[in-house]
Amino acid sequence: MQQMTAQPVIRGVRFFLAHTPGLVRYGSKPSRDIDREPAVVDTLQAHLRGYADAVAYPPNQAFLGAIHPDTLGSLPTPWFRHTGCGERWAPHGEIMSEEEFYGWLKIADAFNLVSLEAGFAASIRPALAAHPLCTPADLEQLGTGVSQAELDARLAGDVPDLPIFLRDGSRIGCFHAAHEVDATLAADVLLENLACKTTAVLAMRTLLAQEHIDPLAIPYVLNSGEEAVGDRYQRGGGNLAKAVAEMSGCQAATGVDIKGFCCGPLHALAVAGGLVSARVFPHVVVVGGCALSKLGMKYRGHVQHDQPILEDVLAAVAILVSGDDGASPRLRLDSLGRHTVAAGPSQKAIFQQLVSEPLQRLGLGFGDIDKYATELHNPEVTEPAGSGNVPLLNYRVIAGLAAMRKEITPAQVPDFVAAHGMPGFSPTQGHIASAVPFLGHAVDGLRCGDLQRVLLLAKGSLFLGRMTQMADGVSLLLERNG
Amino acid sequence: MQLQGKKIIALGERDGIQGSAIAQCTASAGAEVVLEVTHCFV
Repeated sequence: MQQMTAQPVIRGVRFFLAHTPGLVRYGSKPSRDIDREPAVVDTLQAHLRGYADAVAYPPNQAFLGAIHPDTLGSLPTPWFRHTGCGERWAPHGEIMSEEEFYGWLKIADAFNLVSLEAGFAASIRPALAAHPLCTPADLEQLGTGVSQAELDARLAGDVPDLPIFLRDGSRIGCFHAAHEVDATLAADVLLENLACKTTAVLAMRTLLAQEHIDPLAIPYVLNSGEEAVGDRYQRGGGNLAKAVAEMSGCQAATGVDIKGFCCGPLHALAVAGGLVSARVFPHVVVVGGCALSKLGMKYRGHVQHDQPILEDVLAAVAILVSGDDGASPRLRLDSLGRHTVAAGPSQKAIFQQLVSEPLQRLGLGFGDIDKYATELHNPEVTEPAGSGNVPLLNYRVIAGLAAMRKEITPAQVPDFVAAHGMPGFSPTQGHIASAVPFLGHAVDGLRCGDLQRVLLLAKGSLFLGRMTQMADGVSLLLERNG
Repeated sequence: MQLQGKKIIALGERDGIQGSAIAQCTASAGAEVVLEVTHCFV
């Protein structure tokens, strides 16, 4: 039996964005407000931006690798005024229009939950056929659609379907419930779950295709998304990982879901690294699909400030963890930082466990980390709603700890934040926004740029589930190979 | 501020000061915490 452990590396990372303004009404906050006041739909619609503007939006371009996050700091604000120029395809992934995304939603649908109107299905077929990840089998799954009369009948049924709209309010399909009374199989819940699956699949297919990995070489997939896939007897039972593997052509794979709110992806990365290190598997893919419920979460603040509703994209990530190839960034499992039960809830305690203690263990100073990737939420989304600049808050705590260790003076805190942090640029898509949005830039910079070390750290709001008052947190170090 | 004998509602946030931290501090100063909650705003 081979005894030596393997050094895990991050071999590749890809992201996926879908611009889905027509789904903003089904975000948790907008849908609850619409239930109380139907006119909210009109307010939403008046503040939804077009696809070209979403493509050109600098934070989205940073998310997809077309520009570095640090570039955002030198761009005039508000960033949403940068309209009209931008590419759909970027080094780390693509941003897809809502029309095409609805087609992919149908393609990913294994239970005939989605019905698209026939004219709409025909209209999107050429674009889907031209997509580099779309196969003939996918196009067959798209089907030919149904009539408007059939949509009318379904929407008038005893268990009403959910109508699917475009940004302009036109109805192009509907989403079916899978059970008459089971709330876990209601149309809105299944829409969230299927959107999560679809976005994760598109991120994973992009990763495998662009990294030239045979899908059959992938033995194991870890899904770190937050959607509770299951039915009334096992709410949240999972397993979305296997559904994503199936649709990504990974016939030799199985997998499992790892959940931990926003720090789920880092927990999954640690587990993936452990499995590779122990030579259980040569490759593990960590995926995280979108959080549809977060669409329009802060729309009130955006409307109040008469700005576009910026929470109009679904985001996903796929990360390939493999054995050492001599070039890709090393995942230092001996750096693992854990916010333990005993640590207590203060920010200082959390960051001591996630930053100070691992650095001390490795004999590193705070300044030895080139970039800290933490909560990377776009402040242009959060500040109009009064939620502050979340990345900046976190970077100030890290810099404060460096000052406490006498590595910098208090006066140097702003410079430390500017040098070792970055502006927030991630969509507020739950688990996606924590640390992982920088992974593409980290891999580029560690492989062939000027980065030596990047610390990933993420926090999870466990208390939201009402089972504990505690939060959680995990950190991991990436370092240059060779 | 004199907190002895005061009733406290501790509203915290994940990326700022958590409710339980506010509750522990104010309780140690003699206040009675009647509600403690932490929210995540992202």
